[in-house]
Amino acid sequence: MKARHKRLGFVLAGLVGLGLATWLVMNALENNLSYFFSPTEVAGNKAPKDHVFRLGGLVQPGSLQRGQELTIRFTVTDNAHNVNVAYTGILPDLFQEGQGVIAQGRMGADGVFVADEVLAKHDENYMPPEVADALQKSHNAATGAN
Amino acid sequence: MIPEIGHIALILALCMSLAQSFFPLVGAHKGIPSWVALAKPAARANLLFVLVAYGCLTYSFLVHDFSVAYVAQNSNTKLPTLYQISGVWGAHEGSLLFWALTLSVWTAAVSFFSRSVPDVMVARVLGVMGLVTVGFLLFMLLTSNPFDRLLNPPMEGRELNPLLQDPGLAIHPPMLYMGYVGFSVAFAFAIAAMLGGRLDAAWARWSRPWTNVAWVFLTLGIALGSWWAYYELGWGGWWFWDPVENASFMPWIVGTALMHSLAVTEKRGAFKAWTVLLAIFAFSLSLLGTFLVRSGVLTSVHAFATDPARGVFILMFLGVVIGGSLMLYSWRANQIKSTVKFDLVSRETALLMNNVILVVTACSILLGTLYPLLLDALGAGKISVGPPYFNSVFVPLTVPLAILVGVGALMRWKQDDAALLFKKVWIYLVVSIVLGLLLPAVFAPTYSFGAALGVGLAIWVLLTSFNWLLDRASGGRGLLQVIRNTPRGAWGMLCGHSGVAIFIIGVSLTSIYSVEKDVRVEAGQSYNLGGYDFLFHGVENFRGPNYQGARGTIEIFKDGEPVTTVYPEKRNYTTGMPMTEAGIDAGLTRDLFVALGEPLGDSGAWALRLYHKPFIRWIWLGGIFMALGGLLAASDQRYFRLARKARLAAADQVTAGAA
Repeated sequence: MKARHKRLGFVLAGLVGLGLATWLVMNALENNLSYFFSPTEVAGNKAPKDHVFRLGGLVQPGSLQRGQELTIRFTVTDNAHNVNVAYTGILPDLFQEGQGVIAQGRMGADGVFVADEVLAKHDENYMPPEVADALQKSHNAATGAN
Repeated sequence: MIPEIGHIALILALCMSLAQSFFPLVGAHKGIPSWVALAKPAARANLLFVLVAYGCLTYSFLVHDFSVAYVAQNSNTKLPTLYQISGVWGAHEGSLLFWALTLSVWTAAVSFFSRSVPDVMVARVLGVMGLVTVGFLLFMLLTSNPFDRLLNPPMEGRELNPLLQDPGLAIHPPMLYMGYVGFSVAFAFAIAAMLGGRLDAAWARWSRPWTNVAWVFLTLGIALGSWWAYYELGWGGWWFWDPVENASFMPWIVGTALMHSLAVTEKRGAFKAWTVLLAIFAFSLSLLGTFLVRSGVLTSVHAFATDPARGVFILMFLGVVIGGSLMLYSWRANQIKSTVKFDLVSRETALLMNNVILVVTACSILLGTLYPLLLDALGAGKISVGPPYFNSVFVPLTVPLAILVGVGALMRWKQDDAALLFKKVWIYLVVSIVLGLLLPAVFAPTYSFGAALGVGLAIWVLLTSFNWLLDRASGGRGLLQVIRNTPRGAWGMLCGHSGVAIFIIGVSLTSIYSVEKDVRVEAGQSYNLGGYDFLFHGVENFRGPNYQGARGTIEIFKDGEPVTTVYPEKRNYTTGMPMTEAGIDAGLTRDLFVALGEPLGDSGAWALRLYHKPFIRWIWLGGIFMALGGLLAASDQRYFRLARKARLAAADQVTAGAA
């Protein structure tokens, strides 16, 4: 094997490997992205009907219903629009009414957002940037309309 | 008074680190011996001042000086003493001070343990580390001074984040920081070598033990963090592909690549330019990690409320470090070409592939971590990249890596014969495929090809790694003699690679065979999961030192025989922050895990989270083996021999001078 061939071999193997890795990454990204939507955007029918997305806002005070069973219902609000959420399972420790929350899941046919994951944060002062942004937007829209 | 002393000590440390970088770097460039000689004392004085500052902050914690804002926010009089000490690095300002302290410790360590390295080189290394220290101390003094006073000090402080009130987390950040910051040594050696224009085998030999030790700390830090998340967060997971976890994992991957590429550079003089780049990237990723954690740009379980000015500063700092070192690199690149040749089938190629795979893996994790930030910055919508992305990229990339681990070490440097190599390993190939396919069929509840792949790979890694010992024995020497003659570095490799095998078993079996269930149970009710019966006895209330708690009692049976009883807790800290403490029964082949949810209704029913997790301990056990391997390699005799030789040479000079 000549040096030139060897180098060619290295380059080819490298390209094939890199191509494979790129394909893997692209494919995985395509399938595993989830977009963030605020309740206002959900009310405006901007959120996908058939795809997982993340819903964020504040947990409406007084909306939390715990029943005898594991399913929990609450309302996520950005102070302009509300979305009802149902979640079956154990909520994170820092989940509280009036606090910021992000729920991942999909829209049910009855207009209730069925979450398979609910995230609240380590630090009680922390507001997820997406939620802070969404609240700011709806606040601006409200004051702008006045 | 004490906090002011701390503040002044910080400023003095900044002056010291300015001196530590200016005089040695300029002195080494212009050839002024007295300036070069300043490096070591300046580095040690710097450590002294940072230590004083750190001591002052710790003292303020211990005496409950709530006029210091940082203490008031992160401590109170009821906090146990251990957490007053660990509370020093529990939040932003203190953890930066801790970072600076770690950097000073590493710098001083270089100044003490580099006798075999020429003075000019040490001066440059210390100078570069001094520059990094300047950056961090400036950051602290300008944006996040831990000694800021409150005008109206409160009577009682707030509370250390309850999540951090745990022995595991008391030592997790120090370990992680020692690792992160430790890569600054490899980075400084690379920059110093480029400045001096001397990138040779000697340079690689000097930086190898430092890189190994930093990597050991990082490995332990990550393993501890994963273990802590497992039992403290109450989620039962051991890795979440959380951006902050990724931030520590990326430097680890690149650091692993660096360790292996340094080996090639030292032994064969190849991959020089590549090794330098890796050293730059490993440290840059450590800095990026700090930026990601501390700037508040991330939606992460670890992200704490922060201030954007800090993010901007770290971003600028990052720009200067990466930009500066890459500029230096491009300027020197033509001088650091490797001229060594090697064949397609050789250990160099195997290590090259190891490096390529590791770097591609790190890049794909980087992409997944930064992509949401990028899209957001471009205004293209807010997205998140979920764990499935990382799993579906990470697993296919690391399988070829695992195949290479043992075989790579079996290959000869420079050139090897593929047919001969195959003759050596074909039997292992058969054994691992057969055992891999067979073992899950015999022992597992359900058959899974993923488990077969995992078990087969692990056996393959183990067999090929240990064949390396047999290989050495084949030259007519007895196995015992070989074992005695094998250098520590080689034992380190064997140990580290066995760690990889153990880790693979843990990860594959845990991810495939874990069973998890959120259930509703009333007192006296039992639930069957993974062959175990979890009998719920109810919940009692109790008082802790700084929290109100509820403790559940769950008795676990297997086939009617009692196995153990676990007591998961739910705590409400005085600050109003709730916490879950899981009840875990640990075992070598399985963990049983119970977390308390909420009470459901008035009938005494509770929501419980139950887990059966086979082989989860093996994940951390693998980490321990890897770390032990790194430690063995770093303590190889030849590094000490080098130091001794240098010492003797110096002593000879002295006696010759005296005569």
